[in-house]
Amino acid sequence: MFRKILIANRGEIALRVIRACKELGINTVAIYSEADQDSLHVRYADEAVCVGPAAPGKSYLNIINIISTATITGVDAIHPGYGFLAENPRFVEICDTHNIKFIGPTAQAMEKMGDKAQAKRMMKKQGIPVIPGSDGPLTSLEEAMKLAEEIGYPVIIKASAGGGGRGMRVVYSAEDLKKAVQTAQMEAEASFGQPEVYLEKYIEKPRHIEIQLLFDEQGNGIYLGERDCSLQRRHQKILEESPSPSVTPELRKLLGEAALKGARAVGYSNAGTVEFLLDEQDQFYFMEMNTRIQVEHPVTEMVTGIDLVKQQIRIAAGEPLPLRQEEIVFKGHAIECRINAEDPEKKFLPNPGRIDFYHAPGGPGIRIDSSAYSGCVITPYYDSMVSKLIAWGENREEAIARMIRALEEFEITGILSTILFHLEILYNPGFRKGEVNTNFINNLINELQTE
Amino acid sequence: MNIKEIKELMKMLVETDITELNLESDGTKIVIKKGIPGTVQPVVKVTPTPAPVACPEGNVVQPEATVITSALEEKEKPLALNQEYICAEIVGTFYKASSPGEEPFVDLGQTVEPGQTLCIIEAMKVMNEIESPARAKVIEVLVEDAQPVEYGQPLFLIERI
Repeated sequence: MFRKILIANRGEIALRVIRACKELGINTVAIYSEADQDSLHVRYADEAVCVGPAAPGKSYLNIINIISTATITGVDAIHPGYGFLAENPRFVEICDTHNIKFIGPTAQAMEKMGDKAQAKRMMKKQGIPVIPGSDGPLTSLEEAMKLAEEIGYPVIIKASAGGGGRGMRVVYSAEDLKKAVQTAQMEAEASFGQPEVYLEKYIEKPRHIEIQLLFDEQGNGIYLGERDCSLQRRHQKILEESPSPSVTPELRKLLGEAALKGARAVGYSNAGTVEFLLDEQDQFYFMEMNTRIQVEHPVTEMVTGIDLVKQQIRIAAGEPLPLRQEEIVFKGHAIECRINAEDPEKKFLPNPGRIDFYHAPGGPGIRIDSSAYSGCVITPYYDSMVSKLIAWGENREEAIARMIRALEEFEITGILSTILFHLEILYNPGFRKGEVNTNFINNLINELQTE
Repeated sequence: MNIKEIKELMKMLVETDITELNLESDGTKIVIKKGIPGTVQPVVKVTPTPAPVACPEGNVVQPEATVITSALEEKEKPLALNQEYICAEIVGTFYKASSPGEEPFVDLGQTVEPGQTLCIIEAMKVMNEIESPARAKVIEVLVEDAQPVEYGQPLFLIERI
């Protein structure tokens, strides 16, 4: 088992990893930018080293300073969290060169799934249903027009190197196609440094269902159920739940086995998530694979009882999986709300600032993953997430009741947050019936605006 | 020395006028310092063995620990005109000379020219030379030879001339 781990991240996920390390008796090294010197993750770690100024490119993405820190503090492993360097194969290779274990998959597995267009091609070869679309990046506007005619509008243009909902354009008719392709290419270049885009069928009213996977380094893999992440605003998830109200045990098995097959094809190891779209006929299509631990991992932890971050560390240390597929039991229902420092009344404009008073809810079935505290500053340099609030119940009704109760207890003053917006979601009759798809949030926002 | 005993010692500092306590016992050395009210407490992290100890009021140092001190304490001192800190822009190990046994690049009180090498910060086997930005006098050297330094850590106090 590792003696010391460096956490190459910040905020709530850095705290999450530090907590897992403490429970395993592993020493921790935190890195931080000058903007984060009063952060909780800096205080909780055994050692903390400043690696740069506020700008992420100069601090949390500063590979040289991070590896230098790792070398000086003598760590044997690095946990990348999510975002930042978590899906950067170059970073994995540099860790390998310095004999520092990267807690995640290999650089090769990461690279294969990192190119979204290539990943789709691979899955198709494995017989896993994929959304009809271009076979790799678009080579010309003519190709795009021809394909779109074949597949039928609406279609969506996506960045090959993209993710997190950026670099996407939905096109409803041929006359909008040219502009959409050009804009998407420009966005892709700006956000990811690569202008390649691909085209696929746009599924209306889809549900976003993702499967959590765990692979040990001996090649054994299990799936830990699904998460329904259909509630998104501009492709950013704001509420997730497990199990999905739309997934039957039979569908779960099909999705799980498809996900395992896909991950096995790239020689995957450690934790990962395969995302699918489910259409109105319950047909599923592979979307992409995230080769890291995800923001919404707590929801799976609550219904399976498995500590995913500890498993990541154990797997990286060479241990086998804790359970066989048949031994995995799902208990109850969990929901997670991402509370952000955003103003729902002003199109969710980020609202950074100092939190004067922070009081998190408690009681049965409530979990908070957050690095916020009274007096802390939410800076404008990073994401606007304040807290993840997770509620577990024996069934969906109880989880919803607990979440409502917890949201009503939650106090955050000094900045505006999305707490009230989450309450609107949970009171919504459609949501309570489990009738969710990725258009839900937009529809709700429109409804609330006309009131 | 266990946590309970350490807490007792810390309590002693808080309840009396003692500001620093050095204690050696059973092969362990403990140094506890009380912060001056009104100043920001330095965030000093150490590598303890076997179990981590979080000490909000004092700094606990154990033998063979890697200590990277924060820049905060130094930066609190008011500076005269023309004085500025030269701070590390990379994480690495500070070396005052080009190699062990050699003369240091600069001495206290020495005048340096713009571009003159003040020290080396070694990061992953690469020796990075840190240069003076202007013609200046070296007022203070704030770190020791072979000390690990972090981003923003003050290395020298210079006075432009």
